[in-house]
Amino acid sequence: MTVTSTQPPLDPERILRIREAAYRIRQYALIQAEVQGQGYIGQALDIADVLAVLYADQLHLDPLDPESEDRDRFQLSIGHYALALYAALTEAKFFPVEELQTYASDDSRFPMSSMRTYTPGVEISGGSLGHGLGIANGVAMGLKRKGSDRFVYNLLSDGELGEGSTWEAAAVAAHHGLDNLIAIVDFNDQQADGKSTQTLSMEPVTEKFESFGWFARRCDGHDVPALLENLIALRETDDPRPRVLIVDTTLGKGVDFLEEREKLHFMKVTEEEWAQAHEKLSESHEALKETTGR
Amino acid sequence: MNQTPPTQNLRSGAMSADLAKSGQRTVSAPLGHALVEAAQQDERIVGLSADLAKYTDLHIFRDAMPERFYQIGMAEQALVGAATGLAMEGYVPFASTYSVFATRRAYDFLLLDIAEANLNVNLVCALPGLTTGYGPSHAATDDLAILRAVPNLTIVDPCDAIDIQQAVPQLAASEGPTYLRLLRGKVPAVLDEYDYTFELGKAKLLRDGADVLVVSSGLMTERVLDAAKELEKDGIGVAVLHSPTIKPFDEQALLAQLGKGRLVLTAENHSVVGGLFDTVARTVASHGLGEKITPIALPDEFLEAGALPTLNDRYGVSTEAIVERVRGLL
Repeated sequence: MTVTSTQPPLDPERILRIREAAYRIRQYALIQAEVQGQGYIGQALDIADVLAVLYADQLHLDPLDPESEDRDRFQLSIGHYALALYAALTEAKFFPVEELQTYASDDSRFPMSSMRTYTPGVEISGGSLGHGLGIANGVAMGLKRKGSDRFVYNLLSDGELGEGSTWEAAAVAAHHGLDNLIAIVDFNDQQADGKSTQTLSMEPVTEKFESFGWFARRCDGHDVPALLENLIALRETDDPRPRVLIVDTTLGKGVDFLEEREKLHFMKVTEEEWAQAHEKLSESHEALKETTGR
Repeated sequence: MNQTPPTQNLRSGAMSADLAKSGQRTVSAPLGHALVEAAQQDERIVGLSADLAKYTDLHIFRDAMPERFYQIGMAEQALVGAATGLAMEGYVPFASTYSVFATRRAYDFLLLDIAEANLNVNLVCALPGLTTGYGPSHAATDDLAILRAVPNLTIVDPCDAIDIQQAVPQLAASEGPTYLRLLRGKVPAVLDEYDYTFELGKAKLLRDGADVLVVSSGLMTERVLDAAKELEKDGIGVAVLHSPTIKPFDEQALLAQLGKGRLVLTAENHSVVGGLFDTVARTVASHGLGEKITPIALPDEFLEAGALPTLNDRYGVSTEAIVERVRGLL
């Protein structure tokens, strides 16, 4: 799964493989959300393409040895996206698909908010926002101490940029030259009380990270070739700065009636809509394949 | 507050925070030197500070092992985060700041990142209780109250340089997170005069006595020992049970000393709310014992700024105040 520059990033087969993974990640997320009849399905659908690029292509991981020293560390700072991470880990063969049915149930390995102490492959505990990037710093420092060439990925959200601790951590990462750290910010413009840009606008986010001493890029979070190109570039650049990719995403992506629904942090879905959601997802996936000639 | 003009400061100013009595034997920066020694044996040890290396004695470690030290800057949440990540990668971080900042500013991080994950992160934090004259911004009179409810966390309140020197390798070796109430600078050497070694999780009887039992921790143990010597002149026998580990508390050592018909007190460098007194009272009550326990502690109020000797007298935690208190109770 390691990227080498001999692999052309825009190889159509490679893009197709990632798109298929994204499709399955969305289906897996729907399975979990349906178990609880509600949940953070909007966020899971919006981040599926990013996770597909990571888990189907970029991350060096071994599902049989989740704590392998030789792994990339992917950290989910936004614990409420847990169902998306469980879906991605399932896609990466960490879990059987059937286990998704236990999401947020008693004694499940898949708690509603991700925790490192519960789930193989889950590197940090989420739930309280603004923690991830600071921990990523320490892991990046540790990897450098060991002489490891592995990377730390930290997935944050736009709402989380309101936490001062995120910016403490951003300053520390730059000061210590943590060029083995890649942050990804999911800019879905949605937080608990409404649109992020109307709650506490952190724009211009790219420039903010640049001014904090980061190598920053921004792209459409559903454009798989762009995501792949940028994530390869962030990993391969010789730039001595920590790296960040801001991804613009659409809550509920891939299920048209959810994309159009009133945007909510905790999206409401009725009982009969779950089957429709699976169908809509298949339809939009087929349509995407047609428009891209695949 | 003070409506009269301020008096000339004849004792020492608020800036002076020297813990040692004049002529007392001291050890300079015991934490820093003990950490260097431990790090020479244990490759996993690294140090971090949030712009307070010089004021937490970690500069000794920084200067001896610069490649193993991380300056995080004035960012306590980032300090705890970085220590967490380093521990996840198998290192044993000692992270320093002041107690007030670790507990009040970085609490969520300490609780969720370090304690919930049960990582071997060691927080070494200066200015516990009344060891500064700066007032509530610097004096951590509430750190034990805040931290005792944190699962997995081991809390150590050392008496002196001996406790600190002996604790450091044990903190590094202990698997979970720890919090040390650091005494810094020229730290008194007291406990080497007794048949004593620091053992993480253990309380030790430093001296026995027929009339009074004082359960103490931190720098109050030294004052209680001094008070005991003073009271001995009056024929009053004072037993001193030193409990440097606040959590997990050594209940058996306490229970072994109760029920002997002695006056029982606790002595701590912390608010009377949520510290050693509450720990002891909880143990006594949960074992169905009816001992009356009298706390010597800082009051449940915001402490005034000023010179430490003045404040120690004012709040009843000086050796003289302890002697008077015991005499009054007998």
